[in-house]
Amino acid sequence: MSELPKSPVTLGELAKLLMSLDDLLITCMRCGFCQSVCPVYGATFREADVTRGKIALLDDLAHELTLDAKNVDDRLNRCLLCGSCETNCPSGVKIMDIFLKARAIVTGYRGLGAIKKLVFRFVLPRPRLFNFMIGISGVFQTPFLRRASEKVGTSRAPILTPFLGNRHIPSLPSQTFSSSHGKIDELGPNGRVALFPGCVPDKIFNKMSEACLKILRHHQVGVFMPPDLVCCGIPALASGDIKGFDQLVVQNLASLIKGKFNYLVTPCATCASNIKENWYRFIDHFNPGERAQIQDLHTKTMDITAFLVRVLKVDFKPASGGTQTVTYHDSCHLKKGLGIGAEPRMILKSLLGYNYREMPDADRCCGNGGSFNLYHYGLSKDIGQVKRDNIVSVSPKVVATGCPACVLQLMDLLSQNRDEIEVRHVVELYADSL
Amino acid sequence: MPISSNLIAEFKNLLGPENVLTEETDRLSYAYDAAVLKQVTPGLVVMPDNEERLGRTVKLAYDNSLPITVRGSGTNLSGAVIPDSSDTVVILTNKLNKILEINLEDLYAVVEPGVLTAKFANAVAAKGLFYPPDPGSQAVSTLAGNVALNAGGLRGLKYGVTKDYLMGVEFFDHNGELVKTGSRTVKCVTGYNLGGMMVSSEGTLGIFSKLIFKLVPPPKASQAMMAVYDTVEGASETVAAIIAAHILPCTLEFLDQKCIRVVEANSKIGLPTEAAAILLIEVDGSHQAGVDEDAAKVKELCAKCGSKNIQVARDAEEKNKIWEARRNALPSLARAKPTTVLEDATVPRSKIPAMVSELNRIASKYKLEMGTFGHAGDGNLHPTILTDRRNEEEFKRVEDAVDEIFDVALSLQGTLSGEHGIGIAKAKWMVKETNKATIEFSKRLRTALDPKYLFNAGKKII
Repeated sequence: MSELPKSPVTLGELAKLLMSLDDLLITCMRCGFCQSVCPVYGATFREADVTRGKIALLDDLAHELTLDAKNVDDRLNRCLLCGSCETNCPSGVKIMDIFLKARAIVTGYRGLGAIKKLVFRFVLPRPRLFNFMIGISGVFQTPFLRRASEKVGTSRAPILTPFLGNRHIPSLPSQTFSSSHGKIDELGPNGRVALFPGCVPDKIFNKMSEACLKILRHHQVGVFMPPDLVCCGIPALASGDIKGFDQLVVQNLASLIKGKFNYLVTPCATCASNIKENWYRFIDHFNPGERAQIQDLHTKTMDITAFLVRVLKVDFKPASGGTQTVTYHDSCHLKKGLGIGAEPRMILKSLLGYNYREMPDADRCCGNGGSFNLYHYGLSKDIGQVKRDNIVSVSPKVVATGCPACVLQLMDLLSQNRDEIEVRHVVELYADSL
Repeated sequence: MPISSNLIAEFKNLLGPENVLTEETDRLSYAYDAAVLKQVTPGLVVMPDNEERLGRTVKLAYDNSLPITVRGSGTNLSGAVIPDSSDTVVILTNKLNKILEINLEDLYAVVEPGVLTAKFANAVAAKGLFYPPDPGSQAVSTLAGNVALNAGGLRGLKYGVTKDYLMGVEFFDHNGELVKTGSRTVKCVTGYNLGGMMVSSEGTLGIFSKLIFKLVPPPKASQAMMAVYDTVEGASETVAAIIAAHILPCTLEFLDQKCIRVVEANSKIGLPTEAAAILLIEVDGSHQAGVDEDAAKVKELCAKCGSKNIQVARDAEEKNKIWEARRNALPSLARAKPTTVLEDATVPRSKIPAMVSELNRIASKYKLEMGTFGHAGDGNLHPTILTDRRNEEEFKRVEDAVDEIFDVALSLQGTLSGEHGIGIAKAKWMVKETNKATIEFSKRLRTALDPKYLFNAGKKII
């Protein structure tokens, strides 16, 4: 790893570091078109919540028109990083670049909280410890959980309200995907992929990872999964913890270098976009060997549905006569981040017994935003309610999506609204059909 | 002078604390709009969430002599919602965003001020009717903002602009009293035409609370085409010839060579980069046969005026492709340089060749990059200067060039602004286009309606 930029100590230094973003900030022509797509602004109508407002505040902080770094940081974090604004920006402002770099600079100045430091720099880099903690929680969760919705598969944890709020959550599996499989090292006639489950499909929705494995084996694709993969680093990056992010990237690179593979696939939209785009975005933090690996992963990383359609060229023929309605929610990291929307729909439309119906505004953010949901739960729910209404409007039996974080959010929303609708990852439905 | 804590408490009491923004970070977010002008941070920002509280907000602010700037989405290009001073209270209309009625029998709609233009147009279209004004910012602009600046758009030539659809207005005066004017009927001669006065008043006369808009049946057929020209004169003569033939295209758009090249470089859609200009033309109507006939005549006129290359859209996809060039004009120009200065000086349409040649002369005189596109049918061009506002020396040349553009537009019997508004940016020029008596008359009108001069004081007439 190369030397990280020093954390700014004074406001002057902070401003100076933010000025390094000036060439990016100035490209915003303040047209305000981001208002039409920003889910947070749509819920609050506050200019500081929309991209134009945030860019203006960063510009003000960089030019020392305000000295209130704490509040600017606070407004900056009221963002789902969904990328809707960047996709729709007439001036092509590199918004994700600005936000991720600005969060890192401002967090460098304000410091990372103790809990975040513990999680990002101690727990996430230690896969065995993390798996152990999940295992223990899995064993002891039963007395705390009360069933919320049989259909959605959620529970409430009244005794944990101080930590979880009134969230409706899935229960944890007794064993994570990675601990039940250890290392996977298989060959197949149709090439070989590295399977990167991602934390949520590994530790909470292990059935998503099992579905991936089943699908890859079905299509006779060799699978490589090192036993010591860690978090892809997005939670640390989103919190501005560049040090934690870099550490996780380096660990993953060290694990992945031990195997040969043509593609890296994952059922997690967020991991896919993070490995493909953000590792690459910060490539200059790393040493030459690591850079070569990141460059390689920038082209090799794929969402699993895109891999099935684009690489394996599986012939997903539209099925007809199905009676159970299935609809699809576009995860932001898939649709806006990676431009993947047609592939999961092709798969869903091919499933026997199902009838695909498109919901209105399918690519409107569900409001989860990873840690956004932890820190701004009320806002996250308000944004999600619009999504919930759109889902319910097509009366599906199942809502499918390509992102485990979206699954968590949709489960909570539907369960809280007492909607009898299942939430599944596209790969689960496809694996069921094999 | 900072706004007193007692007064802030009164606003919180009236509107709820969540609708009163006092922190510097939040106020800074209302220091600008889409114009490239100096920021001014307001003293307070409030978001009334119903009509009654809007009226009481106006009264409370006025009684306490606070300068008032009403803001919708803050997308105007003339600085019309940049606060006048650090004591200004910014009143946001975004929470007053209900469509109250769409009347299918009498063809009108009643809306609150903060309804978004595109949302309204879509809701109207879903009921089988048509609200034609389509300003460039329609996805985010509010209808009250459209009225306050008399927003135009691409359909101006045939369908007119915002003012042509305003049937009635309700607004709060400086005492917070509700004033009603106009009606739901096609004809109405009751009282003064205050709605006409409120159109393009830029927040200087009163605060809108309700708007009544006329709706029309949508066209049932349309035909789009692109005509390529070796000379700007050819394009301009075509515009005159089409009008002389008594055909009113619903859109008649112009892109100059610089624009064509920037769009092509940015989006590779196969535009003719050697052309001096292109026209994008769409005719519409209620019968396909009539539309086809008009389209054929327009095509003939294009050829007669020197266009050697005319592409007529054969289907929806080709039509979409033709309009892609126009949709990409501003985004492509905006990507070329950090700062985009977008003007809208407008001339009688017969003066377009003269205006375009003057614009080219000005660009080369001040050594600036300028692309021009716009609504050729109504003489409303958008000379767009590509620059970097951090380069002070260059930006001074930009300001001088803009001043000269105004001079030229006025000398061609045109106007300072076709649709962007006067705001702060052009207020000092008003006397040049009109005369001293007009300014004095306007000031007397203003003083009568706003005796303390608190409504957006630095805008429009200074």
